[in-house]
Amino acid sequence: MAIADVKEYTHLTEDEVEQLGRELDAIRAEVEESRNADDAAYINRLIKVQRGLAAGGRVAMLASAHTRAGRPALVAGTAMLAVAKILENMEIGHNVMHGQWDWMNDPEIHSSNWEWDTAQPAEQWKHSHNYIHHQFTNVLGHDNDIGYGILRMAREQKWHPVNLGQPVYNALLAGLFQWGVALHDLDIERIRKGEKDPGEMRRQLRQILRKGRNQILKDYVVYPALSGPAWRSTLRANATANVARNLWSYVIIFCGHFPDGALHFTEEELEDETRAEWYLRQMLGSANFEGGRALHVLSGSLGYQIEHHLFPDLPSNRYPEIAVKVRALCEKYDIPYTIGPLHRQYGQALRTIMKLSVPNSWTSSDQPEPPSPSRDRKRRSDAERPARRPELGGWARSPRERSHD
Amino acid sequence: MTSTIPWDRVRRAGSKLTTPLHPDDYLRLINPLWTSRELRGRVEKVVPETEDAATLVIRPGWGWRWDHRPGQYIGIGIEVDGRFQWRSYSVSSPTKQDGRTIAITVRAMPEGLLSSHLVNGLEPGTIVRLASPEGDFTLPDPPPARILFLVGGSGVTPVMSMLRTLDRRGSMPDVVLHYSSPTPARMIFRDELLDLEGRHDGLRFHQLHTDTDGVLDLADLDGLCPDWRERETWACGPGPMLDAISEHFERAGLEERLHVERFSLQLGGDGGEGGKLTFRNSGKEIEADGATTLLEAGEQAGVGMPYGCRMGICHTCTVTLVSGTIRDLRNGDELGQPNEPVQTCVTAAVGDCTLDI
Repeated sequence: MAIADVKEYTHLTEDEVEQLGRELDAIRAEVEESRNADDAAYINRLIKVQRGLAAGGRVAMLASAHTRAGRPALVAGTAMLAVAKILENMEIGHNVMHGQWDWMNDPEIHSSNWEWDTAQPAEQWKHSHNYIHHQFTNVLGHDNDIGYGILRMAREQKWHPVNLGQPVYNALLAGLFQWGVALHDLDIERIRKGEKDPGEMRRQLRQILRKGRNQILKDYVVYPALSGPAWRSTLRANATANVARNLWSYVIIFCGHFPDGALHFTEEELEDETRAEWYLRQMLGSANFEGGRALHVLSGSLGYQIEHHLFPDLPSNRYPEIAVKVRALCEKYDIPYTIGPLHRQYGQALRTIMKLSVPNSWTSSDQPEPPSPSRDRKRRSDAERPARRPELGGWARSPRERSHD
Repeated sequence: MTSTIPWDRVRRAGSKLTTPLHPDDYLRLINPLWTSRELRGRVEKVVPETEDAATLVIRPGWGWRWDHRPGQYIGIGIEVDGRFQWRSYSVSSPTKQDGRTIAITVRAMPEGLLSSHLVNGLEPGTIVRLASPEGDFTLPDPPPARILFLVGGSGVTPVMSMLRTLDRRGSMPDVVLHYSSPTPARMIFRDELLDLEGRHDGLRFHQLHTDTDGVLDLADLDGLCPDWRERETWACGPGPMLDAISEHFERAGLEERLHVERFSLQLGGDGGEGGKLTFRNSGKEIEADGATTLLEAGEQAGVGMPYGCRMGICHTCTVTLVSGTIRDLRNGDELGQPNEPVQTCVTAAVGDCTLDI
């Protein structure tokens, strides 16, 4: 079931929704005013740990290649590199690019010039993610993250025989996640329909090729070459670290909006949507998962998906304290707060992938209410979307490249 | 420093191992000074000069070019409550080609949180950010044969760098230094200046203690330094003092001979007309009037604007103006070439503008 009007769905009056919006604004203001040296120390420490792990992992692999350290060093190095890549992509890169740390006025940790350790150029990520996904969260036809143009993830999306392959596409996407992400902002569906500006496409492709080439050279040519005769094991170790990062980020990201209870919306909801209604849509469209501190850090604080969608540019180390307040608000206004253990959330997402590979009539819906009629799956261009909201973190269309790229 | 090792090429090769980061991003975690991505320095010593002023001796890290000219200032950024705050201070140490440290001398201002922190709260070992030397308030090399320095309060710092440079080079010409300070105790570098005067026949040092003797009356200049009209003059000190000196030199038709350093923002130019500012990367927009700087407007709109001194000297706040026209509030100049880098802290919109941030 897709929702055309969040107010109606939640049975809140217009005043109640606006009041909720004000309470959320107050939470935001409180965090903004209290950002301090401890927050700065958190991100600085995390960056230090992450770079230490990355360097340590590379050194361990080289030690295994050139000394008698052998296999234990190789295994340790692979694990360290995988964790380093996960931390860099999730808790550091993703959050820095949202502008969560811009308030520090530190040009080395700033959304405008952060480049992350994955194939997708930061600039394209900031467009496809900060803007498209965070503003149009779960709105059919607007949010390209509903299935990433590869999977059918909502019953409102029309079934096509191609969807029968979903279990296979899903497995491929999981293993090659960084490359799927790299191509995401190209919007292959629009290219296929000939709706994409060819100049813009060439520019984006050039960017992806340059970034991807550097990434591949590093992991699959330079470090193996430095390993001498043991090049094969270094190459395998790097591939393992990359795949581990791919699988992990895939699982975490699929837990954000695909578990049961995370709702979809139709285009009507966007019409005259107020800031408070936007907040409400973020709460209804996102799902959290439970876990300890280490799990949350390794998943880029995306276990606090609801809080992250409400306040994408507040420092991630504050999400736990924000979550307590948001949950209380949900109880006060009787709004669902979707949360569960990681394995259940992912299990539900996986089950939806399987179910939606076949026509709706073969399966039952896992959402409480009956499905509304199928809608066209046409994707909108930026020009067809409503003007953007300012609190989502930056995105750029200017290739202000960093000098060493 | 000249080196036989091509460090740039070494770093470029290294970046193949560290892409998308730079080797310096890792090396700085071993030693905070081993990076040239952002200029950094370590505070080696904090030397008290007077009750409320101290000299910070700073060892710059990689990337520092030892090319500062005597009289120039540098930017210093320190982390306060998690945020980097920037100020600019004159270098007080002499020019050195192969030095290891530079020194700035700071007076704690009554309302100045940062200057108080620098004077009283900075531990040796603190890592600070630095910005390259800038400024035209400099002594030419070789120096002119006859020089007059008119300084007040902490305005002595750039002049101190000049005098120390002249002393080091052994090329002290005929110099008159007129230094105003409320009391002898508040006079920064007093002992060193007296020592310099004792060692150099060419240097005459006039002290004026304004608490007891009142501020410098420029009519007295003829008595203090009869040949002031024939001297190259450098003046640095409080705004009112500099205004009076500038006026005095203009009346004498000698403004060419006068070099002035101001450490406060002077908004002489008219404001812009205002307009809608669009911040392209973040997609934020705000209507700004002609008196609001682009920096203030951006901050009001919630854009994470970079900032530094907030008075147009350190260039930390520079952002690319994609389109539109802006006015420099200091002098009224209009800037509006596409993709021009502009200092957001001293400029305001003339019509609608788009900034690349």
